[in-house]
Amino acid sequence: MSPFIRIRNVTRRFGDVVAVDDLSLDIDRGELFCLLGASGCGKTTLLRMLAGFERADSGSIEIDGIDMAAVPPAARPVNIMFQNYALFPHMSVADNIAYGLRRAGLPKPEIAARLEELLRLVRLTGMGGRKPHQLSGGQRQRVALARALARRPKLLLLDEPLAALDKKLREDTQFELVDIQERLETTFIVVTHDQEEAMTLASRIGVMDAGRLVQVDTPRTLYDRPRNRFIADFLGTVSFLDGVVTSLDGGFVSIDGVVSVTAVDPGGFAVGDAVRMAIRPEKITLGRDPGGGVNEIPVTVEDLAFTGVATNYRVIGPDGVRLKLTQPNRRGDVAPLEWEQPGFVSFDPADIVLLRD
Amino acid sequence: MRRGISWPALWLAIIGFGILYVPVVVMVVYSFNASRLVSVWAGFSTRWYGELMQNDQVLSALAKSLWVAVNAATLSTIFGVLIALAFVRYGNFRFRLLLSALASTPLVMPEVVTGLSLLLLFIAMEGFFGWPAGRGIDTIIIAHTTFGMCFAAVVVQSRLRDFDMSIEEAASDLGATQPYIFFSITLPIIAPAVVAAWLLAFTLSFDDLVIASFVSGPGSSTLPIVVFSKVRLGVTPEINALATIMIALVAASVIAASVIIYRNATGRAVAEEKGSQP
Amino acid sequence: MAAARQWISRHGRRLVVALPLVWLLVFFLMPLVEVAQTSFTVARRGIPPFAPLWGFDEDGFFTNFNLENYSLLLDYWQDYIGPAGNSLRLAFVSTLICLLFAYPMAWWIARSNPRQRAILLVLVMLPFWTSSLLRIYALIGLLNPNGFINSMLIFLGVIDTPIRMMQTDFSIYMGMLLTYLPLMILPLYAVMIRLEDDLLDAAADLGASRVGVFVTIVLPLTVPGIVAGSLLVFIPAVGEFVIPALLGGPEQIMVGKVLWTEFFRNRDWPVASAIAMLLLAILALPIIYARYQDGRETALDRAEGQGGTS
Repeated sequence: MSPFIRIRNVTRRFGDVVAVDDLSLDIDRGELFCLLGASGCGKTTLLRMLAGFERADSGSIEIDGIDMAAVPPAARPVNIMFQNYALFPHMSVADNIAYGLRRAGLPKPEIAARLEELLRLVRLTGMGGRKPHQLSGGQRQRVALARALARRPKLLLLDEPLAALDKKLREDTQFELVDIQERLETTFIVVTHDQEEAMTLASRIGVMDAGRLVQVDTPRTLYDRPRNRFIADFLGTVSFLDGVVTSLDGGFVSIDGVVSVTAVDPGGFAVGDAVRMAIRPEKITLGRDPGGGVNEIPVTVEDLAFTGVATNYRVIGPDGVRLKLTQPNRRGDVAPLEWEQPGFVSFDPADIVLLRD
Repeated sequence: MRRGISWPALWLAIIGFGILYVPVVVMVVYSFNASRLVSVWAGFSTRWYGELMQNDQVLSALAKSLWVAVNAATLSTIFGVLIALAFVRYGNFRFRLLLSALASTPLVMPEVVTGLSLLLLFIAMEGFFGWPAGRGIDTIIIAHTTFGMCFAAVVVQSRLRDFDMSIEEAASDLGATQPYIFFSITLPIIAPAVVAAWLLAFTLSFDDLVIASFVSGPGSSTLPIVVFSKVRLGVTPEINALATIMIALVAASVIAASVIIYRNATGRAVAEEKGSQP
Repeated sequence: MAAARQWISRHGRRLVVALPLVWLLVFFLMPLVEVAQTSFTVARRGIPPFAPLWGFDEDGFFTNFNLENYSLLLDYWQDYIGPAGNSLRLAFVSTLICLLFAYPMAWWIARSNPRQRAILLVLVMLPFWTSSLLRIYALIGLLNPNGFINSMLIFLGVIDTPIRMMQTDFSIYMGMLLTYLPLMILPLYAVMIRLEDDLLDAAADLGASRVGVFVTIVLPLTVPGIVAGSLLVFIPAVGEFVIPALLGGPEQIMVGKVLWTEFFRNRDWPVASAIAMLLLAILALPIIYARYQDGRETALDRAEGQGGTS
């Protein structure tokens, strides 16, 4: 069976700038897919091409098996929710939501029924008579969502759907959005620059950089098994160590650099290869005394910051190697390490990601 | 708290407002003077208002001026919206430079030149096509539309520039076609600017003396032309009364409009303030 | 009907540009060409009261092209070039006086609290919306030898004989102020309202005196408003007709009034056209400069608006 959305070798230039560069991507029906990237990476351009507001210079976009090249925005089974919501300021909430239904020429009773249903879906029952400027930011966002869902699109595009909300509201709305998506089983594509948002929302994430997709995977895989340095660095915090493979033995790789490290062999490495190891801060443990396991390095605390849930450390190892790590603040911790104090860090061979770049 | 204004500057500002208002206030007061002489206050009277109402020449000129101004303002607004749309929405279309030069030069063209040049054109056109046959109301409307549309375009353009394009894209995404989007979304949102453009074009037309003098014919004297011919002969209490009525009308509408705008703005601000608290 | 609608939606964009473009070509550009042509021809009795510049008769092509009108302007320069100089002088001084009053007025408005600001803005807009002819007429009632000011002063015993205020430079300047002050205030206000308090406080915090803050911060940042306002006042002031006609005397004849007299009184349309060309030549520089300023601003606006295509 062919995928629901099939993007093949799509390129879009604006003058000298290549906004989307030979990009291919398949998305399945019912997915909540996130396009993640810094601003200017081309994610919004890709979204606007799916909606039909931009054309591709080359390549093709198919939705539900139909090529979209000649289909205008109004005729696509696609609706979009804009970053600033783009609510019609002179129309009431009900008129905003019903706009697309009226354009579709639905009979009046059906429009009324659908309107009620949509207002209930986004928890705005009874608010249909309000004007957009009488609503809070969160309510406006929900009106925009209801309006975009009104025509029952097969695909809903959401451009930075939560960016205009404040932090607390954003967290609540994330779950609500996922909930609605699961209930309707509509395919969602969300564009965001916020990695936490992408992680919370998406079933799969496509990370974009300079018009290209760098990696497409589930949030967990992206975080635990980044394909390259860019992904490792982009998602969360990470420390890098450089080294050279000295031996391969029974599923483990030994690496020599400023420190010697043993890691689980992901396959594909040979003795003599230069590797870069990436380690997440929460996968490193810090102690006052050596524990005697593998991958133990003597360090000195350079800096620390108490955040409540945890304490973030920056430590210096041999040859000035710096590592960032996070220690949970557990009860009964005897005297945590302070500035300038020596200690030892250790990490599990399975928690090391080996990168080639 | 905003930083204030120093005393010498405040005095200059007050004198400035004085220059704008003292002549008008004095004139309004003297329009109720029983005497024909300005120098003598002979008691309160509405006599000149009564005489004004009997003055057929002034009343028919007023009717002509209103007719010209309504037509010129409406045409100006339509063309002004088109010009604004072209500039804000069409990017680098062909003739953009030409249109922008043509639409902005009338803003600064001396009135005597505009008036003379249009008259010469009308005469040349009459020689070629037999139209317009003589000068009259039509030629004044054409002349006023020509510069009115440029002012209207400026007003509409500034509003259209702030217009969030994604609102139109949203409408098109929801299945609306171009003309429908313009009338259901764009026009209602820019309506305040369109109204302002109409009022500006109306005022410019209604107040114009110079251009109308060139392109009007016998029997098509507008109010400013009549007023000017009377004023040349000296100060007359009837004109005081006429000016008072017109200034009162303008003042009432400007103040009413400002109050409405001010109320709306603060009301909206308050509503948004409340709305942002969930 | 349906066909018409389809035609409009297909050619809509072209129509949007073409309608105003054609109108302005016919009713703005063509008339200027007519003026230029007429300025090179000769007056004659008849309707219209000038000979065509060129045409065809039984002898074929003929032309009445000559430079007489222009040489007339030069020969009687005190009657034509003189008033043009007068116009420039009076317009220039008027612009400066407008600036003198408008700057503190705009500052006052911009620095007021929102309520007071709304009221002051209405006070500025009100004259803008009322006929300048009527306001100048009101001024006459004030300045006349037997007008309000003289009557008051005589009544109070300050003077015995009326002061001559009408038909002087003073009356012209008062008329210009009355007419053009709002046009100077509005652009100044527009730049001043964007000046943040923090900016002024920062300058004061860094040791600038009140005058220092004004000279180093406020003045440079309001230059665009000063330029825009000055152009808005100066350009129409040079071509002004009503003010010199109603308030000025023989010493204050301006080029707009000369054109009017040639046209309506002497019925010499070719000379009037030549004067129009002279006026355009005088104003060409400031007009082009104003367009350049304007163009630069809109280009900047658009450059800013198009940032951030992600």
